[in-house]
Amino acid sequence: MSILVGLDTRLVVQGITGREGEFHTRASIAYGTKVVAGTRPGKGGQFAIDGTVPIFNTVAEAVLHAGANTSVIYIPAAGAPDAILEAVEAGIKTIICITEGIPALDMIPVVEAVRRADARLIGPNCPGATSPGRAKVGIIPASVHKQGRAGVVSRSGTLTYEAVQAMTDAGIGQSTCVGIGGDPIIGTTFLDVLKLFHDDPETDAIVMIGEIGGSAEEEAAAYAAENLRGVPMAAFIAGRTAPPGRRMGHAGAIISGGSGTAAGKIAALEAAGIRVADSPTQLPGLLLEAGYRP
Amino acid sequence: MKIQEADAKSLLLAQGLPIPAWEVARTPQEVGAAAERFFAAGAERVVVKAQVLVGGRGKAGGVKLAGNPAEAQQVGSRILGMDIKGITVRKVLVGAAANIVKEYYLGAIVDRVSRRIVLMASAEGGVEIEEVARENPGAIHRVAADPQLGLLAFQARGLGLAIGLRDPLLNPFVAIAQGLYATMRAEDADLVEVNPLAVVAERGPDGATVQRLVCLDAKITLDDSGLARHPGLETMRDLDEEDPVDAKARHLGINFIHLEGTIGCMVNGAGLAMTTMDLVKHYGGEPANFLDVGGGARHETVCGAMELILADPNVQAILVNIFGGITRGDEVAAGLIEARGEQAREVPMVVRIVGTNAVEAARLLREANLETANSLDEAAEKAVALAKGAAR
Repeated sequence: MSILVGLDTRLVVQGITGREGEFHTRASIAYGTKVVAGTRPGKGGQFAIDGTVPIFNTVAEAVLHAGANTSVIYIPAAGAPDAILEAVEAGIKTIICITEGIPALDMIPVVEAVRRADARLIGPNCPGATSPGRAKVGIIPASVHKQGRAGVVSRSGTLTYEAVQAMTDAGIGQSTCVGIGGDPIIGTTFLDVLKLFHDDPETDAIVMIGEIGGSAEEEAAAYAAENLRGVPMAAFIAGRTAPPGRRMGHAGAIISGGSGTAAGKIAALEAAGIRVADSPTQLPGLLLEAGYRP
Repeated sequence: MKIQEADAKSLLLAQGLPIPAWEVARTPQEVGAAAERFFAAGAERVVVKAQVLVGGRGKAGGVKLAGNPAEAQQVGSRILGMDIKGITVRKVLVGAAANIVKEYYLGAIVDRVSRRIVLMASAEGGVEIEEVARENPGAIHRVAADPQLGLLAFQARGLGLAIGLRDPLLNPFVAIAQGLYATMRAEDADLVEVNPLAVVAERGPDGATVQRLVCLDAKITLDDSGLARHPGLETMRDLDEEDPVDAKARHLGINFIHLEGTIGCMVNGAGLAMTTMDLVKHYGGEPANFLDVGGGARHETVCGAMELILADPNVQAILVNIFGGITRGDEVAAGLIEARGEQAREVPMVVRIVGTNAVEAARLLREANLETANSLDEAAEKAVALAKGAAR
């Protein structure tokens, strides 16, 4: 099983001929992901990645002719919202947008269109999702993963790699690792991913990596308290030392008006019975403490 | 990006919002001259307001009234040069003082939870909205604009009714609320706030007193991601208030925030950069900065980042933490070694590079005799020890 990406994934890469698109498509293919198509308007009929992946002019053609069911977007910020909408229109149900720097207001009508189409958008400004041993979509380095039964959901990029590496080093494999993105307006929240893990028979434990800003961690904690009581969980929140009122790199990482603090999030998680680590390296130990046996 | 009140007002004015006239002055003489023009136009008093990008200027004495041009000049000389929360006041806004009947609050924000633009209004205006939210949250009314159609008139009307506005002020309120929404969209703002939105009493042409709604203050925060498509807004960046170090970081494409501690941090990725700071603190040290070199950092970025860190005289030790994905560890290592050769003062450094090309990076670091660490925790502990050693 796993969630979002797996053995059933038939990936179309929007922006396959770009620098990032090509580099990460190679890594995805090397990992065993079924990359069935790429898009680059005007280059339809050609092939990318050493002649192995057909290029189409539109996502609709990639769906029709190559059977694509999942899309990943490596298109610059100016064109990325349009790329998401094109994927929605083509009937793609899982869309992963890696692009960073999309203006927040551009995303408001886009997430609404995704919702109305009953599709799922991961990101933007996210590292993607990997179901170890099955499929890797996005930019998370393959080397950090190990196949297993712990789900990982995170708002961050490199911090996710750090946490997943620590789990792998401790012998705890992952069912799926999902980076949901650091922007204020994102398609899929912690809460959404927790629900997916809850319903996934192959996920037995969950690690959540949050950061300052917003209230998504608190909402996830409330859901976990109700629905995930028996599931071993551990969490980490970045930004304990972050000063209020300053954006810490991610557009969404800001403590404003006294809300969105690390302390508030940690308290909410602990109240839900979730163990919170002082360092990402403690996460595997906390999962074991919570009763998880990989 | 935060912009000054005067700039925020000009953006609102461009959307047709009712804003009383103002002038910006940089010297007491300019304040006096501006005041004279307002008095000549019929003002009874003028207001002089410090233009700074921090809140609480009223409490700090940065907003004053004056009854004649000479007094305005005197008030101006007191406010100009004043220090408000560490910011020196370099300019003031001068305008006719309004005859305020009642103050409201009106703001528009990008709301993460509903993923829409939300308008907030309160009959308790003129005070900080965070304070109202804490003490009387029921006094704040909200409406989420339609994600595709925008702020509809009936939505704005509902908000106006909720804060007690009635004919003849209700329709002007609807126009102002829709104007805030339009400003937000037109300029890619994160926040547009009018506080107070005031009912003022004015003498009409026939001499009778009329009441109308006007925006007496304005605050706008622009989405940094949207700036590229509004080149005109770049002129509103207040270079007077921007730290030269911040300006340098911006030009290098580095996310940098100066803090008070002694351990300079260089990290790739915002979440990992925050975590690195947190661990420095956890092991008994204090971070001197937040610094995210971004994805795929090349060696000129690394050299620039090193200069930013070393520009802070408080820095006693440097902690470099790179988890290579897009970023290649060997490029960072080469950049560090080059920056090390050029740096003006000796500061101990511990480097941890893992992920893409980490083996090659480790070889370069070893050959250059740089202190390394395997784990993030070990790196933080070592950096704290180095900073304490350097301080002794």
